[in-house]
Amino acid sequence: MNISVRSAARVAGAGLRALLVLTVVCGVIYPLVVTGLAQLAFHDKANGSEVKVDGKSVGSSLLGQSYTLDKKDKDGNPLPDPKFFQPRPSAAGPNAENTRYSLLVSGASNLAADSKVLLEAVEKRRTDVAAFNGVSPSAVPVDALTASASGLDPDISPAYARLQAARVAKANGLPAGEVERLVKDHTTGRQLGFMGEERVNVLKLNVALKKLAASR
Amino acid sequence: MSPVLSGVLQLTAVVAALALVYRPLGDYMAHVYSSEKHLRAEKWIYRLIGANPRAEMRWPAYLRGVLAFSLASILFLYLLQRVQGALPDSLSLGFTAISPDQAFNTAASFVANTNWQSYSGEQAMGHAVQTLGLAVQNFVSAAVGMAVAIALVRGFARSRTGELGNFWTDLVRGTVRILIPISVIGALVLVACGAIQNFAGIHEIGQLTGGTQQVNGGAVASQEVIKELGTNGGGYFNANSAHPFENPNAFSNLFEIFLILVIPFSLTRTFGKLVGNVKQGYAILATMGLIWLGFTALMMWTEYAHHGAALQAAGGAMEGKEQRFGVGASAIFATTTTLTSTGAVDSFHSSFTGLGGGITLLSMMLGEIAPGGVGSGLYGMLVMAIIAVFIAGLMVGRTPEYLGKKIGTREIKLAACYILITPTLVLGFTALSMALSSPPESILNTAGNSVHGSGAHGFSEVLYAFTSGANNNGSAMAGLNANTPWYNTTIGLAMLLGRFLPMVFVLALAGSLAEQQPVPETAGTLRTEKPLFAGLLTGAILIITGLTYFPALALGPMAEGLS
Repeated sequence: MNISVRSAARVAGAGLRALLVLTVVCGVIYPLVVTGLAQLAFHDKANGSEVKVDGKSVGSSLLGQSYTLDKKDKDGNPLPDPKFFQPRPSAAGPNAENTRYSLLVSGASNLAADSKVLLEAVEKRRTDVAAFNGVSPSAVPVDALTASASGLDPDISPAYARLQAARVAKANGLPAGEVERLVKDHTTGRQLGFMGEERVNVLKLNVALKKLAASR
Repeated sequence: MSPVLSGVLQLTAVVAALALVYRPLGDYMAHVYSSEKHLRAEKWIYRLIGANPRAEMRWPAYLRGVLAFSLASILFLYLLQRVQGALPDSLSLGFTAISPDQAFNTAASFVANTNWQSYSGEQAMGHAVQTLGLAVQNFVSAAVGMAVAIALVRGFARSRTGELGNFWTDLVRGTVRILIPISVIGALVLVACGAIQNFAGIHEIGQLTGGTQQVNGGAVASQEVIKELGTNGGGYFNANSAHPFENPNAFSNLFEIFLILVIPFSLTRTFGKLVGNVKQGYAILATMGLIWLGFTALMMWTEYAHHGAALQAAGGAMEGKEQRFGVGASAIFATTTTLTSTGAVDSFHSSFTGLGGGITLLSMMLGEIAPGGVGSGLYGMLVMAIIAVFIAGLMVGRTPEYLGKKIGTREIKLAACYILITPTLVLGFTALSMALSSPPESILNTAGNSVHGSGAHGFSEVLYAFTSGANNNGSAMAGLNANTPWYNTTIGLAMLLGRFLPMVFVLALAGSLAEQQPVPETAGTLRTEKPLFAGLLTGAILIITGLTYFPALALGPMAEGLS
């Protein structure tokens, strides 16, 4: 009896010591080494790929942001700013579990494919996007109708960017051709020609647009 | 290029990359677990642990090591979360202590290599818990899985001894020689793509139209890489691998899929090397690969076809998917993560087509063996192989044997116990949750309250939660509020029992096999390295899973698909 208790205590002690040693190796040394190397080799990326205009941060090229007016619609949602290209719908929102700061929270709608709520949302977005851009409802592409997975999707499809070009040009008093060229210049093809989808980074496009509008 | 062609090419690229590293990595791992030499750093570690790395262990001693280490891990992780509120802000980011039931759930989850999360990462866990607690378990829980798998392989490879190796040596070598080196390289690749790696706090960055946006800093890339490589799956952020800071572009997405699959597939080579016949490993690999490819193809087909009223109206299955990945790569990620006990997501399974959701569920129900979690996939598949030779033996009326070992009463009893554990946990807890009065309140989508779909969808969410927990996957069909005392506790139990009870049977089986005298191969021996056996094994897996879960699947995804 005494021997088995002692041997159980010995193996429990070994378990605890092993955990503490491996915590130092995997939880302290490893992340510090990786952080050091990452900060040396890829400083900007390791710190969140911030985009700067005239030395001032205007966001991260990896995170979507909203381009809205101060005015709100009847549901209390801010209205989109016609002067800017609009991102995909986002389902990310505050979720007040154990929060001290009201953080930018990532997440999806998690609505099912047969959900009535999702169906209604898709139909409303189709009408709204078509009316906002002055195009036919059937022309609105799928990424403009569905919320992304992260709620922070920085990209839209080239089709959605092209669809917005005429409205953006008009609101900024720019020739439509120039804005369309801007969209073309900011369209990124599939990586190595086959990975992922074609996309347009909304922040980079809007930064270029703002510059173009200011140069007039 | 059409999206479908791009999807097929991406799948091909993943397969090609896996094929390229299969032999070198598999051989290297075989060397790691059989080498007589100890690195100097390892010797220091053994001295600190107080373990003799050369001492051989019989199965009860090996099991005691596994359990003692895992118990210490659970207690440490639980305490770390409970004291978070008392830590300085630089370590806690100002977050308070986690509640007891959620802290238990999270500790059980990460130690059991499940990484089910009933919290949102960016809203609950500071640097200390993430990096000192959760990330560490990402490494060591994976190393424990690999150690147990290697112990079972030694059971086949050794004869007339009960000795299965040394748990501490296997644990330390798996961590130091396999997981850490790959992680350092992988983390830097992810940072090069744009994943963040810093220790900044929560800070404001500007916005183009004025105003600011709040973002977290964190050691994200270093945790992301082991989250995938160790088939863990617990995201730094709530959106998991869909968050651009975790998975910045299409290449990093494929790279993460590769990381998830590389050890589980390559371990079949390690197995072949250690039992002295690499062809035996190829047969296991063929079975795993066949199921993974088949499920992935089916998933891509259903997601491109985008059935479901809302998806039809939108013109594509892009709800809950990111533009930079698209439908094809998201489908590959979804089957990969659910077939490997990973549970990371780059797109949200709740918004997949009805059939797509069913495939993710079925993938987990197979028991995470095709190719399965690191280590757990291999030992799970070897147990199924024992069942398959037993079935074949019954058909031809011969005593079944596998790799020169007789599959007698004791072995088949242990294998049967192994495959009964998870279905018992999944179906038992799901039935309890549906029968009791308060747990169903967590379901956001009952038939009366059709916010998230039909009542069948609500049932699927509960079934998914327990399937994910008991099989140590950890992905969620969100829409179920799992952060309640009931779900935190029951899913926590399902994860622990679903992880450690099977290990008990696997190690007992390993001990029993290692004691046997090998039986010489005769003309009547079933050739387990041939395609015929891979076919038999695939069939056995699909039939056993199908028979076990058909009634539950009929009530959930199938009812949803037919309604």
